[in-house]
Amino acid sequence: MTQINVRVDGVTYTDDVEPRTLLVHYLREQLGKVGTVIGCDTSNCGACTVHLDGAAVKSCTVLAVQADGGEVTTIEGLAPEGGGLHPMQKAFHEMHGLQCGYCTPGMIMASVDLLKENPDPSDTEVREGIEGNLCRCTGYQNIVRAVQQAAGEMRGSTNGHASPAEVDTAAAPHVAAQS
Amino acid sequence: MTAVEDRATTEAPEREVGKARRRKEDARLITGRTTWTDNMVLPGMLHLAVVRSPVAHGKITSIDVSAAQQAPGVIAVLTGRDVADEQGSIPCAWPVTPDMVNPGHPSIAADEVNHVGEAVAVIVARSKAAAQDAVELVDVDYDLLPAVLDMEEAVAEGAQLTHDHLDSNRSFHFVFDGGEAGTGTDTDEAFSSAEVVVSRRFVQQRLIPAFMEPRSVVVQPQGDNYTMWSSTQVPHILRIMLAMVTGVPEHKLRVVAPDVGGGFGGKLQVTPEEVISLLVARRLGKPVKWTETRSESLMTAHHGRDQIQYIDIAADREGNVKGLRCRILADMGAYLRLVSPGVPVLGAFMFNGIYKFPAYRFECDGVFTNKVPTDAYRGAGRPEATFAVERIMDELAVELGMDPLELRRKNWIGAEEFPFTSVAGMTYDSGDYEAATQQALELFGYDELRAEQQRRRESNDPVQLGIGVSTFTEMCGLAPSRVLGSLSYGAGGWEHASIRMLPTGKVEVVSGATPHGQGHETAWSQLVADRLGVPFEDIEVLHGDTSVSPRGLDTYGSRSLVVGGAAVVNAAEKVVAKARRVAAHLLEASEDDLDFSGGKFAVRGTPGSEVSIQEIALATFAAHNFPEGMEPSIDADATFDPENFSFPHGTHLCAMEVDTETGMVKIRKYACVDDVGTIVNPLIVEGQIHGGLAQGIAQALFEEAVYDADGNLTTGSFVDYLVPSAADLPHFDTGNTVHEAPGNPIGAKGVGEAGTIASTPAVVNAALDAVRHLGVRDIRMPLTPERVWRALQDGGDGGDRATAGTNAYGGAQTETTAGVSTPQSALGGDR
Repeated sequence: MTQINVRVDGVTYTDDVEPRTLLVHYLREQLGKVGTVIGCDTSNCGACTVHLDGAAVKSCTVLAVQADGGEVTTIEGLAPEGGGLHPMQKAFHEMHGLQCGYCTPGMIMASVDLLKENPDPSDTEVREGIEGNLCRCTGYQNIVRAVQQAAGEMRGSTNGHASPAEVDTAAAPHVAAQS
Repeated sequence: MTAVEDRATTEAPEREVGKARRRKEDARLITGRTTWTDNMVLPGMLHLAVVRSPVAHGKITSIDVSAAQQAPGVIAVLTGRDVADEQGSIPCAWPVTPDMVNPGHPSIAADEVNHVGEAVAVIVARSKAAAQDAVELVDVDYDLLPAVLDMEEAVAEGAQLTHDHLDSNRSFHFVFDGGEAGTGTDTDEAFSSAEVVVSRRFVQQRLIPAFMEPRSVVVQPQGDNYTMWSSTQVPHILRIMLAMVTGVPEHKLRVVAPDVGGGFGGKLQVTPEEVISLLVARRLGKPVKWTETRSESLMTAHHGRDQIQYIDIAADREGNVKGLRCRILADMGAYLRLVSPGVPVLGAFMFNGIYKFPAYRFECDGVFTNKVPTDAYRGAGRPEATFAVERIMDELAVELGMDPLELRRKNWIGAEEFPFTSVAGMTYDSGDYEAATQQALELFGYDELRAEQQRRRESNDPVQLGIGVSTFTEMCGLAPSRVLGSLSYGAGGWEHASIRMLPTGKVEVVSGATPHGQGHETAWSQLVADRLGVPFEDIEVLHGDTSVSPRGLDTYGSRSLVVGGAAVVNAAEKVVAKARRVAAHLLEASEDDLDFSGGKFAVRGTPGSEVSIQEIALATFAAHNFPEGMEPSIDADATFDPENFSFPHGTHLCAMEVDTETGMVKIRKYACVDDVGTIVNPLIVEGQIHGGLAQGIAQALFEEAVYDADGNLTTGSFVDYLVPSAADLPHFDTGNTVHEAPGNPIGAKGVGEAGTIASTPAVVNAALDAVRHLGVRDIRMPLTPERVWRALQDGGDGGDRATAGTNAYGGAQTETTAGVSTPQSALGGDR
């Protein structure tokens, strides 16, 4: 067993872990941070994506001991303190960027990281930016919309991006009523 | 303007049905506050790991578990022999013919294994890691038997046997003949007198549902009661079947499907691992958990599709179709699971598509092979049928020198002909194929793309453009119980709902449909808000727990809204009827004099005298002042059994670029117009279409479960099994026409499978349209660059994806293949 000190979602933990323990197993099994999920065993799906020291990592590809001294943010700690949602969470909801929701925590964490690199991505740039995260439900189109919507909000304006109602009308022209 | 009209505009709440409501489900999913089965931890819980067969076919000669039993943290190791008396057989609920052969399906193999990945023992340990570690310590000896892997070889004379205690590899031979059924004319005569006959062999490759949440089961024993949490689409069916299989009485068993991360048919099952978990919990009296790895999931959760289709179409020279003949080999895999045989049989009624074939005959052999069983996967039988008819229509168009759309138009059912009884005996409910096609053509920009195709062809552009059409219908809303009975299915097709009016005016809706991403909580709330006139936010939808939602038949076959939603609406109408009686009592009026609008009962012509249904809920709770002789409840139940299927339809158009130098294909544009009847929530409908398209396109371009010559799944991880990423898929242009379904009170037709069913042939037709003038007649799915390139170089259909003994992309050589030259390796494709 090896002792690690790690800060997760604003709380500092000191724990003994097996050297082989993956960060995702540490988060889920030792800390009960089950918001971060496991979707594969080959680092293809990205469902377990978290931020380690500010950068997105697949937590199935990081040993817990590698996070020693580090700062981890999971989907459970993404929203601002005191409530509310992160703009990316809000945008996934607004744009119907999720169905079963299993890939969503990882998809949101990867998308937040993408916007750090590129605050105003094109459709193609979003698609390439999140290609390490698999979704089986949505066909990705509404995820792309969500990321661009969040990008607009995080840049402090919606210039160049449609408001949700306009986007929805384009998506579903047969419907007049919007909520 | 009259006072009455004024009231209507100022007081009637906005109609919920048709509104793009954001989903209620999202709040917990976007914040990581979910209840996936694997999240659950119970005091004293033990963990299971399954020891699996590395061979496709063999007798188990010995199992030595002693080393595993002594491993740290291991509590018990159980083999098939240990549970032989109590494990029964995994059930098959669909004996499609009276003489169907079912070899029986033990959850843990006791004497022989019949596919790679079959369970041979289970480790029970204090931690998941300890259980996994001990798997390697179990020593199993096998006497190898020949593996049956190829369906055409399996049904040939003298074939090796998948199960050596059976006479052949055939499970069943199912026939539907329109002439014999009285729904069509004689097929042989149609073909013998036809001017044109086109025959093709199509391969529906094996696919893997690949839901994102791996399967997981937790079982908690409490005395002689058991609660099972499972990542399942079918908690109600699972409970009944587990009771029948294990002998745990049904009333002592509760099954819960908490948040479930996708299913697509892949979790429409009673799995060996669910049975094993229950048996272990019963034996040890301790809570247990089993969660699969992704590799385990791909290797052992049921697969889908896998048919070889021999299709003949007859027509006259003017393009009027005269007959359709389909012979199908359907791979069952090694065993029959819940509805394995029913999948191709569902397709039997759909191969004729939207066309007016006078004669139709369908024959299907269910074939055993030493592979994991097949069962439902999004569309289940209908994608296979739609692919066949939409591909053969294109082939006929080529033969006749006709435009593929003109050929379709000439033969499809006219809008004025609905309801239309098809040659397969189905009564198509409503629609307008011409209208959907016109709208799709505009969305697509058909004429410009055809012009570009022409330019590229004339200039010999290395990148050619093709346009593919798929005009489809499907049967969904499973299903009228009497029809399921006539097809020998083991259960009905009704759905149940109940509505509970709480004292504070809030409403609980209990549904027997069990969502796993579809948004039932949102859509059912919209249905009930309109019917009861209560706010959307005041409604809670409960589901997925047999003790909360005691009756139900769960979610598959695009049935939830069409059947389950209809039950919800009918229950709401009963609530209103009961509340009306209470309102009449409270308002001292006759029931006939009450209007119900916007959630309020008002006495007609008496302004100011009104009572809301939410107030009535409180008055019912108090029951102080209640109608004489009426029980103090306005809650209601309803069970809806449809009289017919519903038949969504649509036109899908795909433009495909094919690089003739590299074989690379790229979707340039995809547009579709679907008619799914009344749209309750356009956001959800659009999302279902998008997701369906992704899976249908993935069949055409990316996905294939490949077995090597020894029966090993070589696409056993997400490295090799290509679930498409965002970068692999195009933008979709989608639209709708709306023709209400007459068969349910909502008018909805079902949307979950439409995109998957329609898109696959549109994509393949597009690729072929791009390169047919270069001599390519067919390309096998998925259309990998390798296959497209081979078809362009050599003709043929592009061949197998992987040669014997290699990994899918030639990563590894085995001893038996090193140095062996094959046609594929000679082309540089495989090594």
